[in-house]
Amino acid sequence: MKTTKLKWIGTVVAGACAAGLTVCAAAADTGVVKEQFMPLLVYRTGAYAPNGTPWANAKQDYLKLINARDGGVNGVKLVYEECETAYSADRGVECYERLKSKGPTGAALFDPQSTGITFALTERAPVDKIPMLTVGYGRSESQDGEIFKWNFPLLGTYWTASDILVQYIAKREGGFDHLNGKKIALVFHDSPYGKEPIPLLEERARMHGFELLKIPVSPASMVEQKAVWLQVRQLRPDYVLLWGWGVMNSAALKEAQETAFPRDHMLGVWWSGAEPDVKDVGEGAKGYSALTIQYGAGLSKVQNDILKYVHDKGQGTGPREEVGTVLYNRGLIIAMLSVEAVRRAQEHFGKGKPMTGEQVRWGLENLSLDQKKLDALGFGEMLKPIATSCSNHVGASFARIQTWDGTKWVPGDLYEADQKIITPMAHKFADDYGAKNGITRRTPQDCQS
Amino acid sequence: MLYRENGQFKTSYSADQQLLPIAQDRWFMVGLVTLCFLAVPLLAGDYALRALIIPFLILTIAAIGLNILVGYCGQISLGSAGFMGVGAYVAYNLTVRMPQLNMLLVLLLSGSSAALVGSAFGIPSLRIKGLYLAVATLAAQFFLDWAFVRIPWFTVGSTSGSVSTKPIELFGWIVERPVDKYLFVLGVLFVLTLAAKNLTRSHIGRAWMATRDMDVAAEVIGIRPVVAKLSAFAVSSFYAGIAGALWGFVHLGSWEPLAFDVGMSFNVLFMIIIGGLGSMLGSYFGAGFFVLLPVLLNRIPEMLGIDVSTAMKSHMEAMIFGGLIVLFLAIEPRGLARLWAIGKEKLRIWPFPH
Amino acid sequence: MPTWGLRTKWRNANETTVPTKPSRLQQLRHAWPVVVLATLLVVGLAAPLVFHASTVGFFLEVLLGGLMAGVLYSLVALGFVLIYKASGVFNFAQGAMVLFAALATARLAEHMPLVLAAVVSFALMVALAWLVERLVLRPLVNQSAVALLLATLGISFFLEGFGQAIWGNDIYSIDLGLPKEPMILAAQLFEGGILVSRDDLVAASIVAALVLLLGLFFQKTATGRALRAVADDHLAAQSIGIPLNHIWVIVWSVAGFVALVAGLVWGSKLGVQFSLSQIALKALPVAILGGLTSIPGAILGGLIIGVGEKFAEVFLGQALAHWFALSGGGIENWFAYVLVLAFLLVRPEGLFGERHIDRV
Repeated sequence: MKTTKLKWIGTVVAGACAAGLTVCAAAADTGVVKEQFMPLLVYRTGAYAPNGTPWANAKQDYLKLINARDGGVNGVKLVYEECETAYSADRGVECYERLKSKGPTGAALFDPQSTGITFALTERAPVDKIPMLTVGYGRSESQDGEIFKWNFPLLGTYWTASDILVQYIAKREGGFDHLNGKKIALVFHDSPYGKEPIPLLEERARMHGFELLKIPVSPASMVEQKAVWLQVRQLRPDYVLLWGWGVMNSAALKEAQETAFPRDHMLGVWWSGAEPDVKDVGEGAKGYSALTIQYGAGLSKVQNDILKYVHDKGQGTGPREEVGTVLYNRGLIIAMLSVEAVRRAQEHFGKGKPMTGEQVRWGLENLSLDQKKLDALGFGEMLKPIATSCSNHVGASFARIQTWDGTKWVPGDLYEADQKIITPMAHKFADDYGAKNGITRRTPQDCQS
Repeated sequence: MLYRENGQFKTSYSADQQLLPIAQDRWFMVGLVTLCFLAVPLLAGDYALRALIIPFLILTIAAIGLNILVGYCGQISLGSAGFMGVGAYVAYNLTVRMPQLNMLLVLLLSGSSAALVGSAFGIPSLRIKGLYLAVATLAAQFFLDWAFVRIPWFTVGSTSGSVSTKPIELFGWIVERPVDKYLFVLGVLFVLTLAAKNLTRSHIGRAWMATRDMDVAAEVIGIRPVVAKLSAFAVSSFYAGIAGALWGFVHLGSWEPLAFDVGMSFNVLFMIIIGGLGSMLGSYFGAGFFVLLPVLLNRIPEMLGIDVSTAMKSHMEAMIFGGLIVLFLAIEPRGLARLWAIGKEKLRIWPFPH
Repeated sequence: MPTWGLRTKWRNANETTVPTKPSRLQQLRHAWPVVVLATLLVVGLAAPLVFHASTVGFFLEVLLGGLMAGVLYSLVALGFVLIYKASGVFNFAQGAMVLFAALATARLAEHMPLVLAAVVSFALMVALAWLVERLVLRPLVNQSAVALLLATLGISFFLEGFGQAIWGNDIYSIDLGLPKEPMILAAQLFEGGILVSRDDLVAASIVAALVLLLGLFFQKTATGRALRAVADDHLAAQSIGIPLNHIWVIVWSVAGFVALVAGLVWGSKLGVQFSLSQIALKALPVAILGGLTSIPGAILGGLIIGVGEKFAEVFLGQALAHWFALSGGGIENWFAYVLVLAFLLVRPEGLFGERHIDRV
């Protein structure tokens, strides 16, 4: 009798709490007006957390740096909130819906950290008028800003990445004509992310006569790659391009070691070339090369600033040793581009005021960071100048090859993607997307606004 | 005192057998339905509707489906998300290949195809029981996962594997705003709940419950196991299919095959365990609980002033979920619905203790 | 209380007649589904060679790779079998236990030698076993098997969250000193030689040693005998004075030890990270195929499923890509389950399991 009474009371209390808290949850929050809200979609749990966490930490650290060192953007403080997506599209959409209207002017822009989530949000962004910043990922055809007004794959897309990889292979083989008859295998994460480079690789295969072998790895069993690599062993490709994310990368390198595929003939995209992917394999990944978006690991002015203004004050988001690693630096670059877009928008729409998503979009489209500005920001050693426009939402198409020597990444040469091939492809695919979704090319007047 | 049946005499069989024999219950239900259809759209904000209420309603449909299979018919199934995926993809295919079809017809067809697939994968239940059947349904789940990714027909040739849908149009009413979506889903849920409740009170429902209690004995008294078990699978998958189609079209808008993976199956199973097996109300409670818990977990640290990282919040969610499952199974294995029923019983004799 | 079809065997004390054994001919007639299935499997295995889809060398490589993978699955499946044998509970949390043990060892090994870390982890697993017995098994003692199954599902959620909350989400390494480079055998006979993975061989021998150890434990020690008694009939075991609660703690501790070994082996192979707990989803069909109460069954089931999976992934995948223009890959996610499903249809108790009898 006593237990049932307790049960009864317990349920009533729990129900009341739940009801009360939900009411509070649904209530809007009011804040101080001079604040710019930056939503942070992150994944710190799940199979992709080892790669997502340094990225997330860097984004937060940079926002903290701008607040601490510069007092915000022209006096407008940056406020942020993290939302855990676990790399899943539906949670990403939930986080987007939750965060898009926060802050005095709504969210400035979204960096979903995932191609899958980008696909899910691409239709919502124009409706809610919030731009998507997808540095080095997202839809490759979204570099064509005349159709994809709200998507910004700055600094590179999967097509620029795969183009540069083919260029690198050609250089190693002694020229594009030496590619004829070779076999290049693409071991890819079986998701929108992994399938993105295929159109460009097929185009290059047609142009140069090499055979493209496509070997998908199912996300549900990313760690069990023995069958995949036995197939690679059977097919005996000359090069393997690794297009993985999260634990798929280290599992791939381990299996490559176990099936004796020469690691120096493995090339990874910039999402397959960071410390979490090779740390565990160590010496076994020696010789493996991967791309970086212009800059890999290392400390320069901005990281030292972060150590001084954020970590030394005990405000660091992640561990101190993480500052300066490959993915951390990439997160810094992404955060910097977000802040610079806000700054550029303020120059046009009113300094010292919080910007709306539309205004930040204009900022992203009219970004012009020359070497002097990059030096002043502390990214001078890391990046080359970036300039966007209405039709060019990618800004720059450079990438560097780095090689793992067993203990650290050794940076190599810088390459530029061949936009002569990529831009027409992007144009065509964008036109297809526009036709399917009823979007027409933007007029020159629209481009000026 | 308030909830007594005093003076409510039934003068016909149909009055005696109605869904809500007590007048107070009838008034309460009328009030609740009016509240849901009229008051909630006016009072609830866009965020609450889009992020809390609509997923709650859609997951309730899925939970009702699984409850019919597990709670009423006793067949454990871990493949419900796969059947939801079937519904979603068939609905997508129909809207893309035959855009002139009415959305309600599309929903019915997607539910029916899910029902067909469900009955096909339910055939092993005639030979296998209990845990082994759970494993067999996992086979269905993983196979369907693979089929959605590999077979290009499902995604109508989308190169990325990700599909996206336009807003639903129903007799000229474009279901675009959260309020429209809410009303649409609420309407579908209302009809489906009535149907499920009546099914479980009918002879087929009694056949299900007999099969659950002791299937050999049920066979002995003349209930055909093929009919009982396969119809349970079919109806359950029908509900799952409609829930999947609504999940994809109304809630997500665009999805990839991983949206219907085995994690979602486990989630629906958790909902009905916590809510209460074998009870319609339990499906509602379970789905509501599942949707509310992450929101609460997000708010409580803020309210208490403790700064918790998003990763820790996810882990706490998993821990609390797991802990609650064990707690409910130990204390009240019949779930929240049983607690509600106890509450109603207490109310009948209130203010007397017994 | 509905039982969802799972019930333990009841012995009827009043039975005076001994049921007659079926004759050889009757046995053969009942065994035809198994024979058909076995033939189909053998045909499927031989098909790549017959249709010249692969060289003999590659065929042997896939076969060996499959056998090794299977042995590793059976390592995790052993945990399932142990707990089911002794307490009739199917422990869905085995994967989470593997992850928990591996995380504990990997993180503790950053501060102390690996062996000591493993010992401390084992102590943690024993503590966990005690907690599970007190907080989960005891309150649920007279509930149906399905309720216990669902409770272990709850435990698995809890453990995954708890382990990662304490020890983090990164990829951690366990260095068992296993050789990573493969051996290439018989390079003269087959083109390119046959690849044999050395660390898989070592892992297989670890599993063999573990099975031997467990066998000795069950047959030669008093505790082992008590465990077998409880597995046979727990009411009778209780009536002769075997304390059930202690036995369950011991069983879960032994399963925790198996989980620790599995975590060490898998963790050194794949790195200790979240996906480790998903291995249990691969080991589940292995345990069921073997018959949930048989250790040799788990091993044999593991071998069959390992080989079947690899063959399906490599050869069936190629065949599907060739005939139906499907882009290939991912078959091994569902193949084990469909194989087990087909097998259960003809033999519901698995390879070596005991037939359960429903009495009305």
